[in-house]
Amino acid sequence: MNIIFYLAAAVAIVATLLVVTRLNAVHALLYLIVSLLAVAVVFYTLGAPFVAALEVIIYAGAIMVLFVFVIMMLNLGPQATETERGWAEPELWFGPALLCGVLLGEVIYLILRMPTGTTLARVGTPEQVGVALYGPYLLGVELASLLLLAGLVGAYHLGRRAPHEEPGGGV
Amino acid sequence: MLELLRQALIIIGVLAVPFLIASGLTWGERRLLALFQDRYGPNRVGPGGVLQVAADMFKILMKEDWTPPFADRPVFVLAPAIIIIATLSSFAVLTFAPGIAVADLNIGLLFFLAMSSMAVYSVVLAGWASNNKYALLGSLRAVGQMLSYEVFMGLSLMGVVIQAGSFSLGTITRAQQHLWFCVPQVVGFVVFTIAGLAETRRIPFDLPEAESELVAGYHTEYSGLKFAMFFLGEYVGITLIAALVTALFLGGWWGPVLPPLVWFLLKTLVVIAFFILVRAALPRLRFDQLMEFGWKLMLPLSLLNLLVTGAVVLWQEGLRF
Repeated sequence: MNIIFYLAAAVAIVATLLVVTRLNAVHALLYLIVSLLAVAVVFYTLGAPFVAALEVIIYAGAIMVLFVFVIMMLNLGPQATETERGWAEPELWFGPALLCGVLLGEVIYLILRMPTGTTLARVGTPEQVGVALYGPYLLGVELASLLLLAGLVGAYHLGRRAPHEEPGGGV
Repeated sequence: MLELLRQALIIIGVLAVPFLIASGLTWGERRLLALFQDRYGPNRVGPGGVLQVAADMFKILMKEDWTPPFADRPVFVLAPAIIIIATLSSFAVLTFAPGIAVADLNIGLLFFLAMSSMAVYSVVLAGWASNNKYALLGSLRAVGQMLSYEVFMGLSLMGVVIQAGSFSLGTITRAQQHLWFCVPQVVGFVVFTIAGLAETRRIPFDLPEAESELVAGYHTEYSGLKFAMFFLGEYVGITLIAALVTALFLGGWWGPVLPPLVWFLLKTLVVIAFFILVRAALPRLRFDQLMEFGWKLMLPLSLLNLLVTGAVVLWQEGLRF
């Protein structure tokens, strides 16, 4: 299991790096999907199959499809890639890279200071996750669903047509 | 050693049998459609026309596999592979008979839902990478359709999960020894079958590839082997949905006299024949009808089913104590 964990973690990191460096938006999104799938494998090896499945269904399967959908609608051609090339100048990404480097250093420092051998061994079956969500974390679930409801109402309001407008056809 | 060999045989079987059924279906569907429409269908090659499969395969392999110069090449090649991988890997979590399963995961059903949401990418990327307006329109429709129908496809299965108390397909089938779930879960059964038809983009839900308006939809630019992969992917998808309907609602391997594996296969083939009958009987929907049907009828219905199932199961638990 350890080898699979490190392999999946390595894939996740490489894929995420490629997300940042790709010039073509759709290719970058594809690498992001690969990264999410790799994170799902990491969850699975850590003993949380339910979370792994949700990661694939919700993040890779639903949210990323919408991202790809939007990018497709924008119909970015080769000229968009050219613009991106202009943005990829070294002086532009030097600042963010420096800040990320500081964060990376902190993470490495913390990992090195942690006592070794404390791998997560508890198994997160669907039942356990459900009991935890609707037991001690009920308030969090309710707050999240309120937030989602607010988002839904907001999206409906923005997408609503004024009454005098002609209703158009779908795609 | 013997155990290892058995496992290897099961894995090869689970990979090969869906492929065999799917390629057989390319002939079987045309023969059945012809039967329903009172004509002959392909009956010239071999006994009853069964060698038509081989003839078609030979023809499609001989065709030029053309990648248009305006296409996004890596994504264009990747797209047909995704649909085959996503649909075939779902077969791994199915339990065909006691002891005959590749991996009876405790999240089996969720794995299937995850893989079916991965299959959406195949259609999306094919349409986008083709750089063709008909293909793009086809894949836009496909995304809308598959995302909407995925929502209540998952919800319609939750009734079964509540009754069986597990996401594992083996446990769910085992729970149907005395009563198939298509009786207490009749709403879930109907909703899942409809959602399954929509997920595999079959008539009446085949708008993403509506020939009369979109040439061939998302696979307009595909030819040769890559087109064959889309074509076969669709039939593997149908086989998968039929196998799932069998395992979840029609009692899986349970049945008298015949061995369990034969029962599973027979039920799956009957469900596939039903899908073909639906194709012969129904016209294609309009896109707004499709969306309205999904969100305004199917979604409330499956939510209601979930609510009632949950209430009844809780009530029965209460009676026991």
